[in-house]
Amino acid sequence: MNLKPETLAEIEEAIPKYPEKQSAVMPMLHAIQKDQGLLTNEAAEWVAAKLEIAPIHVLSVITFYPFFRQHKIGRRHIRICRTLACAMAGGAKVCDKMLSEFDTRLNEVSPGGEVTVEFAECLASCGTAPVMLVDDEIYENLDEAKAQEICEKIKAEVIQA
Amino acid sequence: MSVHPKEQRIILKYADEPGYTPDIDCYMKNGGYEMLKKAVGMEKQAICDEVKNSQLRGRGGAGFPAGVKWSFVDRKSGKPVYMVCNCDESEPGTFKDRQIVHKDPHQLIEGIIISSFATDCAKAFIYIREEMPKGAEILNQAIKEAKEKNFVGDDILGSGYSCDIVVHRGAAAYICGEETGLIESLEGKRANPRIKPPYFPAVLGLYMCPTIVNNVETLCNVLHILRMGADEFAKIGRPNNTGTRIWCVSGGVKRPGYYEVAGITLGELVYDICGGPKDGRTIKAIIPGGSSMKILKSGERFTGKDRDGNGYDWGIEDIPLDYDGIAAAGSMSGSGGMMVLDDSVEIPVALANLMAFYSHESCGQCTPCREGSLWLKKITTRMVHGQARPDDVDLMKSVADQIEGRTICAFGFAVAWPVQSYLAKFEDEFREFAERHSRMGGDRTAAKELACNH
Ligand SMILES: Cc1cc2nc3c(=O)[nH]c(=O)nc-3n(C[C@H](O)[C@H](O)[C@H](O)COP(=O)(O)O)c2cc1C
Ligand code: SF4
Ligand code: FES
Repeated sequence: MNLKPETLAEIEEAIPKYPEKQSAVMPMLHAIQKDQGLLTNEAAEWVAAKLEIAPIHVLSVITFYPFFRQHKIGRRHIRICRTLACAMAGGAKVCDKMLSEFDTRLNEVSPGGEVTVEFAECLASCGTAPVMLVDDEIYENLDEAKAQEICEKIKAEVIQA
Repeated sequence: MSVHPKEQRIILKYADEPGYTPDIDCYMKNGGYEMLKKAVGMEKQAICDEVKNSQLRGRGGAGFPAGVKWSFVDRKSGKPVYMVCNCDESEPGTFKDRQIVHKDPHQLIEGIIISSFATDCAKAFIYIREEMPKGAEILNQAIKEAKEKNFVGDDILGSGYSCDIVVHRGAAAYICGEETGLIESLEGKRANPRIKPPYFPAVLGLYMCPTIVNNVETLCNVLHILRMGADEFAKIGRPNNTGTRIWCVSGGVKRPGYYEVAGITLGELVYDICGGPKDGRTIKAIIPGGSSMKILKSGERFTGKDRDGNGYDWGIEDIPLDYDGIAAAGSMSGSGGMMVLDDSVEIPVALANLMAFYSHESCGQCTPCREGSLWLKKITTRMVHGQARPDDVDLMKSVADQIEGRTICAFGFAVAWPVQSYLAKFEDEFREFAERHSRMGGDRTAAKELACNH
């Protein structure tokens, strides 16, 4: 495992917060996924060794929670809410716009590697529907024009980086 | 943002004030942490009694009286007691805890520490959904600030009581909102809910220790109960429905949003505060307390006798907007997430949208829930795609009836209730919809977009 020093520091800080070590599985997986972009079997084994539990416990957590992933995604993680309030407000059109702008399909890495577009379930912002998350940033009251702006911003950022 | 005159803001008093920031200085300038100072000088039991006498009910979904829940904590076990604040906020239609956490996090911290002190908890956890990364950051920063001022941590304000707060992030699974699923998740496992009995959190919760699980809004109310006194607090709203509630309104109204109110009717919220339906539209139905609750239909009459034996006969607008009012109308106020469906929404398609949600979110432990939710998704989806079979309406009902009451956790009800209530109130529309869409050549674009289940 080749983790960044700040990731290791985050992990060392997380473990003693809990009365029982196994509770640190999720914070560790969050930190590693952020560092590496995905969770490999090697990562699961490393976490298991660190917490002195069987690797299967870690794998069972990784495979249960939709946010944890064992595959690569694009440079930006786009999650568009598909649940009722957003769907009533035109979430599907926003999704189609994002897909066509990046010439991609749901749950796939776009051909240029910029993004992966997914559906998410209710993001707890239904009053400003439709909404989407781009990594940690939430965008509200979307329509196709706003979606287009977001795409342009992402394209500019990804090319720059 | 202007506050509607019919609102009564207590929890959200400062949240949207211009210049109000989430840092501790701003909170303390506005009287923050004064109640904690008062609390640590009080008898613990006196605080618990205040909460009980206030009749505060849980704001997370089930509406269980908070003071009664606290009194169930097993004190004889000798094990540590834990406090868990449920900030999973994943019930579709709900976005109130988000406002508190992002705009006034110290109010929650103060509420948690007072509640933990009163119930003698050894440690507190905030379980926050993964999709609120900024909220988790804000909470961590707030806890850090509160520690520097000795409001959190060791020997709080010299009281001899110590309590730390740990922010635990979920990973995008709705079932983590269910309290025993949440506890499993906090233990570092899959969020498979536990069977009750025996696993009532107050007896066998986190690490098999007694645990109190309360919603964000519930815990914030505790400090206002202490500030006002239980009697004054109980004057807000109606008996057994005390205090304000933050309602989240989405869908077909002119002014969707979150509104903190007490003692008003559903009509006052939807028409006066939210401005009624959008121009040219009428309201067809309302889901009152998050997507899991039974639907209310416009034009329906709600009749019965209240607890004093007085008869009532309400239209949808007349329903008192509280736990007992909505229960008397045959549904539940749940999480306070109200979705308004106008006449542009086809009920079978709305159901298809929600069944995709439930089948995705079932934890999979119970066969009726795992298989039933998938069947319901498949049936509603084929309806939207024009491939309904003649007996599909009856099949849906039969599947829902076989889930209800046959599962480990209340998620089973959350799947069954929408199906049962939509069918009971809109059966003709289901049959007509299935028939119309089965004919060749119809344009199904709008329906597919609303089902949003690509
Ligand atoms: C499927 C399911 C999902 C739930 N989701 C939440 C949630 O997101 N937030 C919440 O506070 N309670 C949720 N609850 C209710 C909790 O189980 C629990 O009753 C609540 O957190 C208790 O707090 P309260 O008494 O303060 O309401 C959910 C319940 C079920 C069955
Ligand atoms: S009812 Fe559904 S969500 Fe609840 S424990 Fe059973 S399978 Fe899991
Ligand atoms: S339905 Fe999209 S945020 Fe709630």
